[in-house]
Amino acid sequence: MVTQSVTGVESKSDQASRLAARGVTVGYGARTVIDDLDVAIPPGVITTIIGPNGCGKSTLLRTLSRLLKPSKGTVVLDGDDIARLRTRDVARKLGLLPQAPVAPEGLTVADLVARGRHPHQSWLRQWSSDDADVVERALAMTGVSDLADRPVDALSGGQRQRVWISMTLAQGTDLLLLDEPTTYLDLAHAMDVLDLVDDLHESGCTVVMVLHDLNLAARYSDNLIVMRGGSILAQGHPRDVLTAELLHEAFGLRAKVIDDPVGDRPLIVPIGRTHVQLD
Amino acid sequence: MNPRMNRTDVKPSVTPGVRLGQVSFVWRPWIVCVSLLLAAATFLVFCLSIGVGDFPIRLPQVIATLLGRGEQVDEFVIMDLRMPRALAGVVVGIALGVSGALTQSIARNPLASPDVLGITNGASAVAVFLVTVSGGTAAAIVSSVGLSAAALMGGLGTGLLVYFLAWRRGIDGLRLILIGISVSAVMEALTTWLLVTADIRDVAQAQAWLVGSLDDRSWDEVQVAVWGTLVLLVVVAGAAFQFKPMHLGDDVAAGLGVRYSAVRAVLLLCAVLLAGVAVSAAGPVPFVALVAPQVAMRLARCPTPPMVASALVGALLLTGSDLVARTALPVSLPVGVVTAAIGGPFLVYLLVRANRR
Repeated sequence: MVTQSVTGVESKSDQASRLAARGVTVGYGARTVIDDLDVAIPPGVITTIIGPNGCGKSTLLRTLSRLLKPSKGTVVLDGDDIARLRTRDVARKLGLLPQAPVAPEGLTVADLVARGRHPHQSWLRQWSSDDADVVERALAMTGVSDLADRPVDALSGGQRQRVWISMTLAQGTDLLLLDEPTTYLDLAHAMDVLDLVDDLHESGCTVVMVLHDLNLAARYSDNLIVMRGGSILAQGHPRDVLTAELLHEAFGLRAKVIDDPVGDRPLIVPIGRTHVQLD
Repeated sequence: MNPRMNRTDVKPSVTPGVRLGQVSFVWRPWIVCVSLLLAAATFLVFCLSIGVGDFPIRLPQVIATLLGRGEQVDEFVIMDLRMPRALAGVVVGIALGVSGALTQSIARNPLASPDVLGITNGASAVAVFLVTVSGGTAAAIVSSVGLSAAALMGGLGTGLLVYFLAWRRGIDGLRLILIGISVSAVMEALTTWLLVTADIRDVAQAQAWLVGSLDDRSWDEVQVAVWGTLVLLVVVAGAAFQFKPMHLGDDVAAGLGVRYSAVRAVLLLCAVLLAGVAVSAAGPVPFVALVAPQVAMRLARCPTPPMVASALVGALLLTGSDLVARTALPVSLPVGVVTAAIGGPFLVYLLVRANRR
């Protein structure tokens, strides 16, 4: 397991992980998606869950973030069973960005990001100067300070995703769960959002996300969780995990794995049926 | 303690806060101004409405009497005869405005209102049933709990039925509306069937109830509505803070630490009860619950229905409609006719606007 941190921030080394699933079984109604799964999220790194459509990667992320309640097993957050914690206390430790969230029409960027302070507020103490400072920092960190007065629905897809990440940051947690943060984004904007995620990681956050694009996952993650049919096929550093055999096993994809010409990570070149010249 | 503004230490883009001792909240001067203006306008129309009648009383005298410094004749006419009606208008307007704001927020859809969700038609069906079906049981129910209370139960029952039918691992706004419309249509069909088959004298009485009216309100009826509304408003105010993140969707709200199922169930129940209280006090006054939150949103420039402003717009719309109904036209009309005449075109405007986007 990869636990090497590049953040310089002292991570809690006495514990192997801050977030872990132990023997969880999760499903929707009678349909079981994940059966008796164990996983531990290493602290201080970016972990990305990949796998074919319907393999249960979003289900796993939603289970880890207590959006879904496992029928068996437990999710452990900082040593506590997440189901026994108050949902408000969980929200102070774990920030979550669901897939493709929608803001009410006309809501401004500053107001959306301000909602991220909710777990720290109460009926009497609905807004303080602390909240304003944190929101200001979250806006600056995600590079959307200039957009603060604009309505969220008037922004481009990439900007909008930055704003949502900003809201999650305003929650003030160092554990972030992002469900497909690059959905609906073109490659340039997807890179832009993932660069931002990497900045957050550099600043000391533990990140868990679901991604569809394997090459982006390889480039931006320190730890990959490869899933198929509701269970984990492999976990580890992209260099160790991503092989042609694994890709075939997980996705049924014929691919060549080469060295990334601009990075130190593997690059996946898929082999389709046409326009292919194999030696 | 003096209010202290904390606005200089941050850039103006982030909303400033206000602190009063232990209490701190977001300072939005525009919404406060709009709400104060609405409250003033409602009070003015309320006083004008009290002054109008066979024995007209001018505005200064009305205000003097309300402050306890009026003449005895005025005091009798105002406090005993006209106050119940005027107060019923304000309370029913507030209840409908808040009920609409809650249902629209919960469904995340501007077309959701107690009317659309079947609460109003459910109450009507029960009321018409009790009026038109002559028989021991119906008469016994009416005489023991009263027509209003029976209608309230009908509305509440229908609202809960819609909620449970729409529940499928959570509440989806569109599903709630579709099921509400369907159940509402069934209730309406039932009402029509009862009216067609009933005795013509009963039909006249039922029709009068169905249009919605503030005529002949007694202090007893109004008191029930006032206290019911007050209690429900306290509950709504208590839950409103937890409700704020729910405009962003269930998953985001859960991520922010909100137990959204519980909050939503409580608030939807409040919405149903508020609509029920309104219907039982004034009959099914159409469109106020739909229009008030939408007007409030545009006046207060809020992306989501603001509770206080919605309540005040509801009160203003209902008291204003009642005043128009009694003065502007040669015949005195029930208030429901006027609110429908204002609300109908506004609904069309909303739909056309949504289509063009």
